[in-house]
Amino acid sequence: MTELTNLTVAQIRDGHRAGDFSAVEVAEAFNANVAGAKALNAFIVETPEHAIAAAKQADADRAAGTLKPLSGVPIGMKDLFATNGVQTTAASHMLEGFVPRYESTVSQKLWDAGCGMLGKLNLDQFAMGSSNETSYFGNVISPWKRKDGGNAALAPGGSSGGSSSAIAARLCPAATGTDTGGSIRQPAAFTGISGIKPTYGRCSRWGIVAFASSLDQAGPMARDVRDCAIMLENMAGFDPKDATSLDMAVPNWEAALSSDLKGKTVGIPKEYRLEGIDPEIDAMWDAGIAMLKDAGAAVVEISLPHTKYALPTYYIIAPAEASSNLARYDGVRYGLRDLPEGAGLQDMYAATRADGFGPEVKRRIMIGTYVLSAGFYDAYYTQAQKVRTLIARDFEAAFGSCDVILAPTAPSAAFGLGEKMADPLAMYLNDVFAVPASLAGLPAMSVPAALNREGLPLGLQIIGKAFDEQGVLNAGLAIEERAGFTARAEKWW
Amino acid sequence: MAIDQATVRKIASLARIAISDADAAAMEGELNGILGWVEQLGEVDVTGVEPMTAVIPNKLRLRDDVIDADPLTGGNRRDDILANAPAAQHGFFGVPKVIE
Repeated sequence: MTELTNLTVAQIRDGHRAGDFSAVEVAEAFNANVAGAKALNAFIVETPEHAIAAAKQADADRAAGTLKPLSGVPIGMKDLFATNGVQTTAASHMLEGFVPRYESTVSQKLWDAGCGMLGKLNLDQFAMGSSNETSYFGNVISPWKRKDGGNAALAPGGSSGGSSSAIAARLCPAATGTDTGGSIRQPAAFTGISGIKPTYGRCSRWGIVAFASSLDQAGPMARDVRDCAIMLENMAGFDPKDATSLDMAVPNWEAALSSDLKGKTVGIPKEYRLEGIDPEIDAMWDAGIAMLKDAGAAVVEISLPHTKYALPTYYIIAPAEASSNLARYDGVRYGLRDLPEGAGLQDMYAATRADGFGPEVKRRIMIGTYVLSAGFYDAYYTQAQKVRTLIARDFEAAFGSCDVILAPTAPSAAFGLGEKMADPLAMYLNDVFAVPASLAGLPAMSVPAALNREGLPLGLQIIGKAFDEQGVLNAGLAIEERAGFTARAEKWW
Repeated sequence: MAIDQATVRKIASLARIAISDADAAAMEGELNGILGWVEQLGEVDVTGVEPMTAVIPNKLRLRDDVIDADPLTGGNRRDDILANAPAAQHGFFGVPKVIE
């Protein structure tokens, strides 16, 4: 019999529909993998009963002829999405024990489409981090190991590190992620899977724990491009409860997938050729260019002149928005309360927030508070918002001469846990290629392209025009078909 | 512009985060490192450039002016709203005494 946990979302959907296996068999197989992978620490809460209940419903729906688009597909849910009746923590002590009485729009859409939930996936605390080392519930470990005879535990990327690790280890066929400055794409690249951040506003932010609201965007992570298209179709859509939700129809991305790029032009941003970067990253990028040419695309060099300012812009805007968003954690309405003996209201706020937030979260709240404070607002925050306009204009100008942009996803392969925690700036540099598209609100995805000399996956990033997820997915598919990436982590957990 | 420990404590107070002297000392170096790095934005010529307020052009919508327009976010949800409060009492959020 086929090993069910090796199947993709499309294979599970189609195989279930054809009667090759029951949804309960699929859910049981993934539940067993989840239960056997504690060493990866990918899940904060496991919900095998939710997966089984949805599977029973899927089997009944099949018998009744009322199958839904994702009937029989169990998935992982990043623990940043509020789930009714299931603890939702954002991997923080602040929200430990918080059990929402409502469901996020994106997760509700997936349940309505027939998905079951295997559990809530670990992440960087409040989605702030690039290695999943800031979680209050411990590091997530990548299933990948370097082929150097050593046994170093590697980062699965972040902030959606539980999602990336779980998919790469076959604990779930797909999962939700969120991307504020690379949190879907960088972990996908680190673990040899695919992930897409759609255009800002495609997926509702309602019920997602807020980090930086002008940047936060949900998207799927899965093993291939088709699965990303399928998942995204079932996550996207207008939601009146999100003021920045796009009031646009959701295209049928899966049906329109095509790796024929004849007539398309791919832009190669010259500013992304960083001095001193690992030559293997550049070699992979060049190989990617050749693949897209082979698929029929023309290739042109483009310029995104403000690229070097994207990261510092991001590290003003994102902390500023975070300091405002995270002001809600006051020890009064939900979450942790730390009330020292005899303390008043102000002391309670300060004690609660000192106890409930981890070091990286505090660092960003402090930066954000500073750049928004009287006397510094214009010098930092307004200036960053103006530079953000220039970064968006760079892309607009570039898309005058190309349809999609090809770049590396991250400047390196996965690094070892602990290697970058001492230096926040070195950690921030992980997102150097991911942040510009976030600042411009553009759709972007990462697809696995190669293994490096240590046997670790490297990812290529495709950035598209606003609303052109199809162009991004199609270019991703062209790379996927040519890269022939089939490597997977050897099981040690 | 470098910040000192007094400024760090001021920011922490504005952010309502209790901070020890040791943490303030450590944070002084970290924040100066980050702020020194972001200051390079000052060299960008932004003459005549509007600050970005919406990344994707979108107009703000108005919903119908009715009670409980959305049953999920409308009224009559008191018990749901209080369900996760650390010290709910008598149908209200409980807080330490604020008036002597």
